[in-house]
Order: sequence, then C-alpha cells, then structure tokens
Amino acid sequence: MPTIKSLDDLKRIREEALKKQELKTTSGKTEIIVGMGTVGIAAGARETLKAILDYVDHNNLENIIIRQTGNIGIDSYEPVVQVILPGAEKVTYGRVNPEIARIIMDEHVVKGHIVSDYKING
Amino acid sequence: MRELTLHILDIANNSISAGADKISITIIENRNDDTLTIEILDNGRGMSPEMVARVTDPFVTSRTERKVGLGIPLLKFAAESCNGWFEITSELGKGTQVRVQFQLSHIDRMPLGDLADTFLTLELGTPDVNWIFRVKRDDQEFYFDDVELKNELEGIEITQPDVIRFIRSIFEDGLEELQLI
Repeated sequence: MPTIKSLDDLKRIREEALKKQELKTTSGKTEIIVGMGTVGIAAGARETLKAILDYVDHNNLENIIIRQTGNIGIDSYEPVVQVILPGAEKVTYGRVNPEIARIIMDEHVVKGHIVSDYKING
Repeated sequence: MRELTLHILDIANNSISAGADKISITIIENRNDDTLTIEILDNGRGMSPEMVARVTDPFVTSRTERKVGLGIPLLKFAAESCNGWFEITSELGKGTQVRVQFQLSHIDRMPLGDLADTFLTLELGTPDVNWIFRVKRDDQEFYFDDVELKNELEGIEITQPDVIRFIRSIFEDGLEELQLI
C-alpha cells in the first residue's frame, strides 16, 4: 500500500472524480445523515457512521453525501440514520447498528428498496 | 460513555451545534507528568456565564430545554474521579473552550478509544468545518489541519471512496507513528 499522501495524490484523485462526475451529471446524489447527539454517540452512532463510510469505500460508491447532525430528536431510536435518494422523500431508520447500516446500504442506497423493518417514520 | 474519544465526539458536536466552522482538538499524553489533557476549541456562538454554569450541572438544566445533554457533566465527573480537572470557558460571539485533564495512569481512567475513527467521522461527516487535530505523545506529535486538503477537493465530495481512503491513511499512518494504533 502506498504511504505517500501528498497533495499531488489528492489532485489526481480529484481529477479522476471530476471526470466520472461529468459522465453522470444528471443522476443526482444520495444523502445519508447520521444523528450524532450525545444519546446517539452513547448508543453507538460512531460505529454506525464508520460502517457506512467503510461500505462506501469498499464498494466504491460514487455520488454519496454523508453528513452527521446533532440530535434528530427521537432518543429511544438512536442511532438514527436518514437516507434521501435523489428526488425521493427522506426515510428515517432507527436503532441502526453497523450490521443494520450495511443492510440499509445494500437494499436502500444501492438497490433503492426501503427497508421497512427498521424504518420509523410514517 | 466508555471511551474518551466518544466524549471528544460529543463535545465537538456541541461545537457544531453552536455554529462553529473552525474546531480544533488537541490531545496531549505526557508520561513524565502522568497526565492526559484534552482541549477542544471552537469559534461558535459561545455562551453566557449563566449558560456555562448551567451546562456543567446536570441538575440545574430544565429538562424541556435540553439544548445540552448530560455529556459535559459526565466528562467533568470522569475527570474529577481521576485526579483531574475540567474547565469550560466561553464568550458570546467568540466561541467556547473545553479543557479536561486526567491522571494518565489512574485506574478508573477511560481508555482513549479509536482516535483515527473519531477524526475520520468528524472530518467526513461535517466537511463544512475547518478541522484541526493535534495529538502529542511525550515529544512526538501528529498535526493535521484540513485547509489545504479542502482547497484541493474543490468541486468533489469528501466522501468519494478514493478521498475516504486518502484521509483515512493520513490519520492511520500519523497515529501509528505515535503508537496510538
């Protein structure tokens, strides 16, 4: 594994990413939001967010935006993850451990099927 | 919380909630003095002296407001139980500084936890913040300021797989040199 992490490496990564983006400018981006308030963190939100980042990394998913936010306001369901596919409504999932996060990534983010077992809003 | 890095994550999220766009996290392990010191500085909207007094005392906060949870009192209690101290200073419009110290070898001191993961989730999850991470262990130091990196990323997402790998390796290699991984 190369250990040199110069800004030149980053420039190259950026150019390649920009080229890929040009090929599919209209496809839009999927947004994933992880609640990281005190309760979320205590319930394991960091491990959940880490599992999502690892999934994106290992599966080379492009055009994903990942954000962390404060308390989403549903303490008993933490860690909470929200997924917004391009042009779709926000879907909120509760008690998302790393394993459930990977299921949500597989089913919802990649295939587009909402995982109703873990969904908590109407 | 079972790791100090989870507390760090919690305090940093208070900074994000306070609208900070520059947050610096410093961790200093000094084996000579037998101390572990953590400092989190932000340029968020700050707090009044009354609010500062309130956030450190869990029993004064009225439950309905719940702007700040139990995170700060828990960290203060943890430090004071380990021959350490906790300090929070803040000024409205300027920002907030949280400093906490533990006796490094104290039997009840929580483990530091996974620093690389913690930095990674903050860096990638809140890309609008200018993050500065500094970890000092005796006379060795890891320093990371993401300004240059963000300039180079102009136009692409920080959560592109290649970029995630790039940033992860910066943290992992840097902390490995300090034997913190």
